[in-house]
Amino acid sequence: MRKDLNIELYRKMCLIRTAEQRICDKYSEDGMKTPMHMSMGEEAIAAGVVLALKEIDQIFGTYRSHAIYLAKTGDSDDFFAELYGRSTALLKGRGGSMHLCAPKYGFMGTSAIVASSIPVAVGSAFANKCLNNKKIVAVFFGDGAVDEGGFWESLNCACLMKTPILLVYEDNGYAVHSPVSQRHGYNSITKIIEGFDCLVRSTDTTDVEEIYNLTSECLEELRKASRPVFLHLKYYRYCEHVGVAEDFNAGYRLKAEFEEWKKRDPLLLQRNKLINLNFSEDEINKIEKEINLRIEGSIKRAQNAPFPDKKELYKELY
Amino acid sequence: MRIITYCEAINEALAQEMDQNDKVFVYGIDVADHKRIFGTTKGLVERFGPQRCFSTPLSEDAMTGFGLGAAINGLRPVHVHMRVDFMLLAMNQLVNMVSSFRYSTYGNLQVPMVIRAVIGKGWGQSFQHSKTMHSCFAHIPGLKVVLPSTPSEAKCCLISAMREDNPVIVIEHRLLYDVSGEVPVEPVSFPLGKGRVLRTGDAITVVAVSLMNAEAIRAAEILSRKHNINIEVIDPVSVYPLDEDLIYSSVKKTRQCIIVDNDWVFCGFSAEISALINEKCFGLLKTPIKRIGFASVPCSCTRPLEDCFYPNAVDIIRAVEEKLGLSKSDLSDEEFYSYENKFKGPF
Repeated sequence: MRKDLNIELYRKMCLIRTAEQRICDKYSEDGMKTPMHMSMGEEAIAAGVVLALKEIDQIFGTYRSHAIYLAKTGDSDDFFAELYGRSTALLKGRGGSMHLCAPKYGFMGTSAIVASSIPVAVGSAFANKCLNNKKIVAVFFGDGAVDEGGFWESLNCACLMKTPILLVYEDNGYAVHSPVSQRHGYNSITKIIEGFDCLVRSTDTTDVEEIYNLTSECLEELRKASRPVFLHLKYYRYCEHVGVAEDFNAGYRLKAEFEEWKKRDPLLLQRNKLINLNFSEDEINKIEKEINLRIEGSIKRAQNAPFPDKKELYKELY
Repeated sequence: MRIITYCEAINEALAQEMDQNDKVFVYGIDVADHKRIFGTTKGLVERFGPQRCFSTPLSEDAMTGFGLGAAINGLRPVHVHMRVDFMLLAMNQLVNMVSSFRYSTYGNLQVPMVIRAVIGKGWGQSFQHSKTMHSCFAHIPGLKVVLPSTPSEAKCCLISAMREDNPVIVIEHRLLYDVSGEVPVEPVSFPLGKGRVLRTGDAITVVAVSLMNAEAIRAAEILSRKHNINIEVIDPVSVYPLDEDLIYSSVKKTRQCIIVDNDWVFCGFSAEISALINEKCFGLLKTPIKRIGFASVPCSCTRPLEDCFYPNAVDIIRAVEEKLGLSKSDLSDEEFYSYENKFKGPF
C-alpha cells in the first residue's frame, strides 16, 4: 500500500520534472513562445496535494502551474501542444503557459494576475456547496498573493461562508524578486490567518509523502468540519522568476540558499525512499525511461501539429 | 400588461427568474438588508432563502471573482452594486478575468453572470456616486452592457441577461426607479443587442442613453408643440452588442443626428456612435453630428454646479433649434423634470 502510494507520487513528480527539463532544453529554440514560470523545486507540493485530492475535486492555480497541471491531469500531449500554440491543444494556444485549463480533469484555470484566481476558486467552492456535489476546491498561490487585497477579501469570504476550499500557500520566499522581508509588515502569516475561522497547517518539508499525508488530514478535517483549510507549504524556486535559467548572479538571492534546498530535492528524497522501500534501480529507471519517452512523444506531436487557422480569431466571442 | 414602476419591474424580473431557475442567486453588498437595494431585491430572501439572496462583505473585487467561480461551476449569479462607482473596485476581476474567461478557455467554460449597477444622480451624489462607465465596460471584448430606460426594458433586459450564458452588465438609473409604465406580466425577454425607437419623427435623430431618453422624450413633446416638428428618439438600450442598423436607418431618414449620453463626451460612447455614423452614413449628413453629455469635470455636490454638470431637455431643445435654424422658443411656461419631485435622497 505504502509502496503503491510512493511509486505513484514519484511518477507524478518525475513527469513534472522531466517535462520541465525538456522545456529548459528546448526553450531557446523559440518554438514555445510563451512566458515560462517554472515549477522546478515545488514538485512535492503539486504531487502530494493533488494525489490527496479526489479525481472529482477541482483546482485553480497561477501563472506558475506546470506542476499542478501535470499532476492533476496526467496529460502531456495537450500541455505541450498549448505551449507550442498549436490547434491540437484544448485551448488551441489561447492561453499558453500562464493560462492552462482543463475542466474535464477538474483543472479549472490559472491566472497571470497575482491572487486573482483565489476569489474565483472560492466562488466555485460555494457552487459545489450549493449543488451538494461533495467536490473540494484547492487553490494554489504564491507568497506574493498575500500582499494583494484580493487574497484577504477571499479568505474572509471563504471563512465567513464556510466554503469547502483548500488554500495552498506555496511559499518560496520571493515575490518576483522581492523577499518576504521587504514585503511583509508582520512576522508570521500563519499566526494572522489563525485569527480566521479556518484550519491552518504549515510545513517546510520537501518529502512528498509527508505533504500527501498532511493534505489528507487537512481534507478529512475540511470534509468533517466544513471550513476552509490554509496550508502553508515552503519550497525553493530553482529557476528565475520567469524564464528557464538560474538567476543566482542577479544579487537578490544566494546560490548557497539554493544549495541547501537542493540537498533536500523532492525527487532525490523520493528516489532514495523508493530504494529503501525495496524498489530496484531497474524498476525506477524503467519508470523514468517511460516518462522520458512519453514527453518526447508529446513534444514531437506538438511540434508537428498545425497552428490554429486565422479564422479562429473570433470564435467563442459573443 | 399593467402599469408598474421601473423598480418593481426589476424586482419582478428577479423573482420570476429565481422561481423558474434554481441556479439563479442574487448577492452583493446589502442586497438582503432592510432597504433591499432601493426595493429591487424586496422579498427575495424570504421567498428563496439566504443561500440564494445574501449580503456580502464589502469586497467588490473578490465578490466579482466569486461570481465568476460560481458561474463556471453551474450557478447563475446576479451581483448587485448600489452604485456603478463601487464596481470600479472590481475592475481587475471584470477586465482580467470575467471578460476573457470563455474566450481564453476556448469555450470550455462559460460565464452566465449578471452584474447590476445603479447610476446615482441628484441630492448631492457628487463625484463618486454618479458615474455611468458604460463606454469603459463596453470597450472590453467579452462584456455585454445594457442600460434600460423604461420599466418594460428594465424587466425584459434583466430577464434576458439572466438567461444569457455570458457576462452581462445591466446599468440602471436611480432616477428612473420611480418611473411607471406598461410592463408585461410574464417573464418576457428582450433581445440583447436590439435598440428601440421610443418616438418616431423625421426632423432629426436623437440617440439617447439611459435617463437621457426621458429628457429626449420631454424635449420632443415641447418641440412638437412649439415648432411643429418631430424628432426621432432612439434608445440603443444595449451599448454592446450595438443595434447599429437601427441608428443608421434613422439617420438615413433624418440626415441629422444629436447624441445625448449619460456620461462624459470625450472618448465616450457618443464618440463611438459618431464615428460609426460617419463611417456608414458619410455624405448624407446635412450638419455635423452634435454630442451632448456631462460637463467635462467631476460632478459637484452643490445644486447649482450639479445642474451645470448634467445635460437636460433644454439642452436638447436648443441643440435641435440650432441645427434646424429655428428661433429659440420661449420655455418659461414649460415644466421640466426635477428629481426633487420623486427623489429627495439621501441615496
